[in-house]
Amino acid sequence: MTSAIVVSGLHKSYGSTHALDGLDLDVATGEVHGFLGPNGAGKSTTIRVLLGLLKGDEGDVSLLGGDPWRDAATLHRRLAYVPGDVNLWPNLTGGEVIDLLGRLRGGLDPKKRDDLLRRFDLDPTKKGRTYSKGNRQKVALVAALASDVELLILDEPTSGLDPLMEEVFRQCIEDERQRDRTVLLSSHILSKVEALCDRISIIRKGKVVETGTLADLRHLTRTSIQAELAASPNGLAQLPGVHALDVQGNRVRCEVDTAQLDAVMRQLSASGIRSLVAQPPTLEELFLRHYEDDTIASEPEVAVR
Amino acid sequence: MKDFAGTKTLVRLALRRDRVLIPLWIVVFAGMAASSAQASIELYPDVQSRVEAAETANSSPALVSLYGRIWDPTSLGELSLFKLTSFGALLVGLLAAMLVVRHTRTEEETGRLELLSAGVIGRYAAVTAALLVSGLTVVLVGLLTALSLIGVGLPAAGSLAFGLTWISGGLAFAGIAAVIAQLTEGARTANGLVAIVLGISYVLRALGDSAADGSTQWASWLTPIGWAQQIRPFASDRFAVALLPLALLAVLVFAAFALLRRRDVGAGLVRPRPGPAVAAAWLRSPLALAWRLQRGALYGWTFAFLLLGFLVGNIASNVDGFVSSESAKEMIQKLGGVQEITDAFLSTEMGVMGLLASAFGIQAALRLRSEETALRAEPLLATGITRTSWLASHVVMALSGTGILILAGGLGSGISSGAELGNMGRQVPPMLAAAAVQLPAIWIVTALVVLLFGLAPKLVTGAWVLFGFFLLIGQFGPLFDPPDAVMDISPYAHTPRLPGSDFSATPVIWLTATAAVLLLTGATTFRRRDIG
Ligand SMILES: Nc1ncnc2c1ncn2[C@@H]1O[C@H](COP(=O)(O)OP(=O)(O)O)[C@@H](O)[C@H]1O
Ligand SMILES: [Mg+2]
Repeated sequence: MTSAIVVSGLHKSYGSTHALDGLDLDVATGEVHGFLGPNGAGKSTTIRVLLGLLKGDEGDVSLLGGDPWRDAATLHRRLAYVPGDVNLWPNLTGGEVIDLLGRLRGGLDPKKRDDLLRRFDLDPTKKGRTYSKGNRQKVALVAALASDVELLILDEPTSGLDPLMEEVFRQCIEDERQRDRTVLLSSHILSKVEALCDRISIIRKGKVVETGTLADLRHLTRTSIQAELAASPNGLAQLPGVHALDVQGNRVRCEVDTAQLDAVMRQLSASGIRSLVAQPPTLEELFLRHYEDDTIASEPEVAVR
Repeated sequence: MKDFAGTKTLVRLALRRDRVLIPLWIVVFAGMAASSAQASIELYPDVQSRVEAAETANSSPALVSLYGRIWDPTSLGELSLFKLTSFGALLVGLLAAMLVVRHTRTEEETGRLELLSAGVIGRYAAVTAALLVSGLTVVLVGLLTALSLIGVGLPAAGSLAFGLTWISGGLAFAGIAAVIAQLTEGARTANGLVAIVLGISYVLRALGDSAADGSTQWASWLTPIGWAQQIRPFASDRFAVALLPLALLAVLVFAAFALLRRRDVGAGLVRPRPGPAVAAAWLRSPLALAWRLQRGALYGWTFAFLLLGFLVGNIASNVDGFVSSESAKEMIQKLGGVQEITDAFLSTEMGVMGLLASAFGIQAALRLRSEETALRAEPLLATGITRTSWLASHVVMALSGTGILILAGGLGSGISSGAELGNMGRQVPPMLAAAAVQLPAIWIVTALVVLLFGLAPKLVTGAWVLFGFFLLIGQFGPLFDPPDAVMDISPYAHTPRLPGSDFSATPVIWLTATAAVLLLTGATTFRRRDIG
């Protein structure tokens, strides 16, 4: 499997802010890759380095087999980019911007353009200054999706879209997957992209902290367990992968790393299980845990790698 | 009353935002007036030297059309400050108008005002606050200037009248800006319209002063700049004339309120129309986009330059009209005859057009930075175009735009003086040449923007400061008789004075080469820096 994007050990600071701190990222050709992390984690910075708009301080970056800093213009003809903040020229219409960006990229498919305008319900005759944030984003999305390119780089593309339009967007990305195009999709909300992505990478404080398929990552999630036992439990606290343990008499509540589930269940049944409630793991929880780690500094680093 | 709710908060907010800018401007204005007064006092110690200087000034069409007449040749105050009377009122007017636009349209455009409106901010609060801040600034400029003039030893009444001249210009244009800000949706357009009104006012003032026989004197009474000038500080101190701009301000404030009642926040009165759903076939390169973005401004400026050229040519062909008295005739002979004076006038005016064209060049090149900070450059640079071609697109617009403007000015003046004298062939080519030699200096100033854009993008507006510095040493430097090296810093000091003197290629070549080096350095450093 070849890689469309390979980043290793990337550092980038803005003055005293260390925005990227040894970031590694690998996006395979033909996959839809989710790039997830809280605000300020360094998603946009990474994307700007990938586009050759910023120069990384340290580390290697390869995009479609080339160096994005040196060969920016040539590589850009093979990709389309939707920025997180889309600003349009006040006096140009949406239609003009779509055509202009498409032509500067090397052409766009007029049939697809019309189809996308219809699907996104976008009026191309309005002037840039009269579009809302969502509509500006749609302009950039139509321009990108209607271009015949190998790679789409989308920075929080749904942040201004209403739920109906998010659904249209999901279908569009599904179509792109069918056509074997590579998509890098950044977001700070997992649920928006969970269903779309073949693989995801979670970035936090300028580093990728988890990466893998959804199944891989589910493996890293925690199952929450409530059990009533025949006797008071013992040895649970010593087991690895047990969190938030709360024992009251014969009742036990805890959260268990999915990988350690087997060992914990054996320990519990040694004390005799009377009743058991197990809540299935969600990715959201895993994701939130990384968010919380940002705010709750006292909580020890628990992620299993 | 609830329409005004929150005005106080907004005033405080605006004063906080401009806490550096406003005091700085006040000091700059007062300092400018006081220092040129001080210098003139030393230069003209007795009445006779003053009368002589004043009569020379009055018989120079260049000076009269640029700055206005000296009404009382014996007055020391007038001689020292006539260059800053209506010209200063123009500058203070510009300051006042920009302040109003900044605290109304710009706020509204960026959506900040909408946030505020959701709170307890009344409908008229933003405009009222902007007017108060602008008015306060203008009044302080006027008062401090008057005090500093009294301080250097000029008569108190005249000094106060002079301060009032500036206050008049400032208040009138604060009102004009308040109305214009209601009409347009973009701050850029609003500022452009204000500049046009200011320009027209100044040109009408020049027209009013220019006919020595007084046949066009009425033009002085058409505009606030004219009114300000007609206070005639240090000559007759007509304080009552200031009632005209005050009345205008009152009318304009009511007009602005009336317009506000008819529109939504964020919208202008002039609604944008829908445009084409598909881009024209030619809109397919960075240069095409730069042209599309800047052509409107270029059309407007070109028209203004043609008009200005016509006016200049017209005045030039009527220089004899200035020879009204025996003493003036003598003076003109002493200065080298009618031809000499006409040439001096034309070359001075061409220099002024060169300065104006430079302002266009700076503004056009600054588009690079505003496109970058508005995040509009980023999606373009993420397409198949190189950084160099994107940079070049706006640079080409700036350099060729200034060329078009200055040639339009030269053409206009050539045609109008040619028509008046019945000889196009003899007037047009020398005027076009006089226009063309202005270009290298204009390009250096434009190239300074590009240099800063590449090297120190955050400081790019510093190009205006450099330009202002060149302008000041060019206009007021001679008063202080600085060493040549100081005067020579300004690229404009090296422009051949055409028509009239001999053309020498050396400075033109050097200026052009310098501009090229600045441009290349800017472009090279831009390719190596981060975007954003
Ligand atoms: N131009 C800039 N100057 C200074 N700091 C910046 C700049 N751009 C981003 N940052 C900082 O770098 C960090 C990463 O930002 P960014 O990449 O935009 O995050 P994300 O896109 O994940 O929200 C943040 O702390 C942000 O404040
Ligand atoms: Mg971002």
